[in-house]
Amino acid sequence: MLWYLGRRLLQLIPVFLGATLLLYALVFLLPGDPVAALGGERGLPEAVQEQIRQRYNLDEPFLVQYLLFLQGVFTLDFGVDFRGREILDVIAGALPVTFQLAVMALVFEAILGIGFGLLAGMRKGGWFDGSVLVMSLFVIAVPTFVIGFVLQFVVGVQLGWLPVTAGRDPNFRSLLMPAIVLGAVSFAYVLRLTRTSVAENLSADYVRTARAKGLRRSQVTGRHVLRNSLIPVVTFLGADLGNLMAGAIVTEGIFNINGVGGTLFDAITRGENVTVVSLTTVLVIIYIIANLVVDLLYAALDPRIRYA
Amino acid sequence: MPENRYVPAPRPGQEHFTAPVDEGGLGAVDAVDTSDAPSSFWRESWREMRRRPMFWAAATIILVVVTVAAFPGLFTSLGPRQCDLAMSLQGPQPGHPFGFDFQGCDIYSRTMYGARASVLVGVLATTMVIVLGTSIGAVAGYYGGWFDTILSRITDIFFAVPLVLAAIVVMSVSTNRTSFTVALVLALFGWTSIARITRGTVMSVKNNEFVTAAKSLGMGRGAILLRHVLPNAAAPIIVYATVALGTFIVAEATLSFLGIGLPPSVVSWGGDISKAQNSIRVAPEILFYPAGGLALTVLGFIMMGDVVRDALDPKARKR
Amino acid sequence: MTPRRRLAGVGAFALASALMLSACGGGGDNTDTGEGTDGGATEGGATTGIVTVNGTEPQNPLTPGMTNEVGGGLAVKNIYAGLVYYDAEGASHYEMAESIESEDNQNWTITIQDGWTFSDGTPVTAQSYVDAWKYTALLSNGQNQQYFFHDVAGWSDTEDSEIAVEVVDDLTFTVELIAPSADFELWLGYTAFMPMPEVFFENPDIYSDAPVGNGPYVVESWEHENVISLRPNPDYEGPRTPQNGGIDIVIYTDENTAYNDLLSANLDIITNVPSSAFQTFESDLGERAVNQPAAVIQVIQVPAWLPEFEGEAGNLRRQAISKAIDRNQVTETVFGGTRTPATDFTSPVIAGYSEDIPGSEVLEYDADAAKALWDEAEGMDPLGDYTLQIASNADSDHQTWVDAVCNNIRTVLEIGCEFYPYPTFAEFLDARDAGEVPGIFRGGWQADWPAMSNFLGPVYGTGAGSNDMQYTNEEFDAKLAEAGAAETPEEATELYKEAQEILFRDLPGIPLWYNNATAGYAETVDNVQFGWDSDPILHEVAKSE
Repeated sequence: MLWYLGRRLLQLIPVFLGATLLLYALVFLLPGDPVAALGGERGLPEAVQEQIRQRYNLDEPFLVQYLLFLQGVFTLDFGVDFRGREILDVIAGALPVTFQLAVMALVFEAILGIGFGLLAGMRKGGWFDGSVLVMSLFVIAVPTFVIGFVLQFVVGVQLGWLPVTAGRDPNFRSLLMPAIVLGAVSFAYVLRLTRTSVAENLSADYVRTARAKGLRRSQVTGRHVLRNSLIPVVTFLGADLGNLMAGAIVTEGIFNINGVGGTLFDAITRGENVTVVSLTTVLVIIYIIANLVVDLLYAALDPRIRYA
Repeated sequence: MPENRYVPAPRPGQEHFTAPVDEGGLGAVDAVDTSDAPSSFWRESWREMRRRPMFWAAATIILVVVTVAAFPGLFTSLGPRQCDLAMSLQGPQPGHPFGFDFQGCDIYSRTMYGARASVLVGVLATTMVIVLGTSIGAVAGYYGGWFDTILSRITDIFFAVPLVLAAIVVMSVSTNRTSFTVALVLALFGWTSIARITRGTVMSVKNNEFVTAAKSLGMGRGAILLRHVLPNAAAPIIVYATVALGTFIVAEATLSFLGIGLPPSVVSWGGDISKAQNSIRVAPEILFYPAGGLALTVLGFIMMGDVVRDALDPKARKR
Repeated sequence: MTPRRRLAGVGAFALASALMLSACGGGGDNTDTGEGTDGGATEGGATTGIVTVNGTEPQNPLTPGMTNEVGGGLAVKNIYAGLVYYDAEGASHYEMAESIESEDNQNWTITIQDGWTFSDGTPVTAQSYVDAWKYTALLSNGQNQQYFFHDVAGWSDTEDSEIAVEVVDDLTFTVELIAPSADFELWLGYTAFMPMPEVFFENPDIYSDAPVGNGPYVVESWEHENVISLRPNPDYEGPRTPQNGGIDIVIYTDENTAYNDLLSANLDIITNVPSSAFQTFESDLGERAVNQPAAVIQVIQVPAWLPEFEGEAGNLRRQAISKAIDRNQVTETVFGGTRTPATDFTSPVIAGYSEDIPGSEVLEYDADAAKALWDEAEGMDPLGDYTLQIASNADSDHQTWVDAVCNNIRTVLEIGCEFYPYPTFAEFLDARDAGEVPGIFRGGWQADWPAMSNFLGPVYGTGAGSNDMQYTNEEFDAKLAEAGAAETPEEATELYKEAQEILFRDLPGIPLWYNNATAGYAETVDNVQFGWDSDPILHEVAKSE
């Protein structure tokens, strides 16, 4: 087990190199000259642009730029972005609140999604199953912006139950609404995955055996059906943590949260290579760790899966 | 390095499980054809499906949506781009059952014409994601070891790429932006979740007794994966894909909104949904029609997915 | 501020692109107390509440030489004091200046008042100005605002060279311009012309967090991407005395959010109403809604490199497009009345603005005439099946009006018309500067200082910095030079009008509309006015605790 863990962590190195190289290449290939855009519509004199390119090593060939970036990573000195801010500060400013938000969204979608999915799956074709189907269709078809906007307007502005924005004071209460909005689409995935797996497992022979042995319905469901249904669900949840962190652009905008999604998007449109690559790399590491946890959970959920 | 070394320990409570090929009861139902077990499995599934009313409901929805997508002109005589700003946000009136959008275009006609791009992008992207994600995930999960290590790490690297970044780069080099290229971009950077899910489910399914049975009967590993493991791992894949279909249609709009999707001249549900957002304070109802089209399409595929899954699952069939 | 910020974010955020608030008609009228009463400034007594206003994260350190976008501009205006400041109507008044004099409009002598200090206690002297200006103008310092000294003798954008600004004594310095400019004094309220303390030249890095200035406010703290806290500067003795306990510029990435915060009284002032609320903000806010013309004009630029717009036929096509656009309807419907149809190339808040410059009839909607002009052009130089592309960086708010304009053009001219979006501003710039934009493109201009010259020279002058369509007309250039050297402002205004007649003839750009100042404030604050430059005049705002 430890051996397995160690090996998986070692594999971080090639993933890190592969991902950073690919990302660096993509930012490098972005159309347009980011330095020319710095001057706004007025533009900057060519000589000034040249100077900025030198300062950020943008005049170097691609591989040299990439190696300089790696050097920065290993000396933990990412340098400054085009706005003159330490990139480490930018990341440190965005990451914690996004992480908190994503974890809250994950918990929300996991609890409600699995709960609703379980109930729907056990009474497949019933009225509850039908209503959650409509609910998931709603979440899929109505854009996040609209869900967020309406929730913010009704719960925040009109009823005043929860803070309208979370940016200035991110805490559990102010992040509650954003977390629900952020987790809404994933909630639909979790719900439908759970429902189908539960329905499928209910018809499995071992369930009949267990029932025949005299186990109560609730025991069967909890101990056998749910446990056996969770593999695709935890897989989804594990992969979703990273998606929630990177893809919260709209939610962050609505609730004015200075998070990873918006920072990343801005950095991409500005062509800030180092910010994009470092921020994404942090996300990949979180993603890989979450997936590792999921892989270990497999063994707990299904004893036949073993890691050596 | 085998990550999940196969341990043939029987799962508690599964001793009586039988593999689909050997389903005794099925032979009785389908007495005519017993020669080819796998083919009878698929044929049986098809027969099973046709018996379900849900199948016909789903098929009708999908047929309607596809017909509208293919021939929008049959359903409306108005062009989606004949717009008169003077009619901006006007309610329904004779000849214009859904009213007018912000630009004064007929919403009914736009909903009909918007189907094509949306359904095309959604279905194409979903298909590509299933093919790509399922094959990578299945191979990684089934063979384990080095296959798993390498394929999973490639998955990790692809996960790292933000869709917007990749789309800007890819789309700026593609001279011709069609539903196909948009779907390709969405699929290329959207298959990682489905690969992970397939891998996890396959890892679990491959330990089932019917796999051991098939192996001891001398079946090749590839054949076992295709005939026994994948059909039994299909449920989460189908579920994920049907939900993803809807999110792809929305994602197309996001890309177009950023100038990296379909050209602005293309009418799509996603595009109209994102345009309707700007009127949300004054006319939230115009959002309803394109979003309704999207929801209906997803509903059709979710129902169809349900039927297909049930048909593929002999246990469900027996009931 | 520079015209239009770069594409910096998603959707509504990018709406900030054309930042636009402006002059309340009665600018100097400090008794406009709005509706709310709880925060009223009483005669002679300042209030102590902290005023919150929305903003965007500054893209540069808060220095006059670097800040070239609206996010940093609002802060910079309030933490520095220059030679003059602008009132709400755009008239300039002395702030630090004692006198600004010239015999020939070309060689200027500037005397500053004694006794001013920076917030670190060092005195503001003539040297502070000369050093700051020379620093910004020196090419190798890589300053964003370097361009703004290009009318000062000695300036160069190809090599390092010193500009002709010299210290005479502690309180006096001289400036030599490359050509006479009658409105030189008007420039000097622009942030690029602010003084800088010695500490800046020793350690410029502190300006990323704690700038040292000489304005009515000092930066108490700057939490990046969150809030910039400004507090009254106890040593400030100029005319812009703070009437409140301080200003918090709260950073928002989405104007919808700022608007919802305003509605729930979490925010005192919004500087820009989101487009989703264009139809509702005046009823939501009542008298606390602001909607007046501003010094921002939106134009469709017609690039010189497109053959279909060259020559006589090209000129007819330019006119046809202009006359095919129903500006009244688009501004009323798409913008809910938050834009004012254009009648010239400047702005109604600029002194000398005129509605009836000869040739401006081309801006009036006339479907039949437009179609006839297009057909006439087709007769000379047939294009056949033609699709007009209107390009811009991608941004939902641009797409909305481009869609409407294209619907106009499709219907009236019976040609194709499509929006041509570029995903990033950098890509748009690249294509534009390389002459590869496949059609006409969006242009907007926000004035740096309230003068007609600022709307014409930098945009339409041959080789000018923002002459993106590569327009050139010697007659026009000569007219501008003549206006610069004019004896009186009235005389200059007449010449600028004549220059615009040339523009109406050539149509290098097709004026669409002026952006209005669309803003609002909560009941918590009083005496909220917006300057000619679309920014709120923050030091005058009153708020009780």
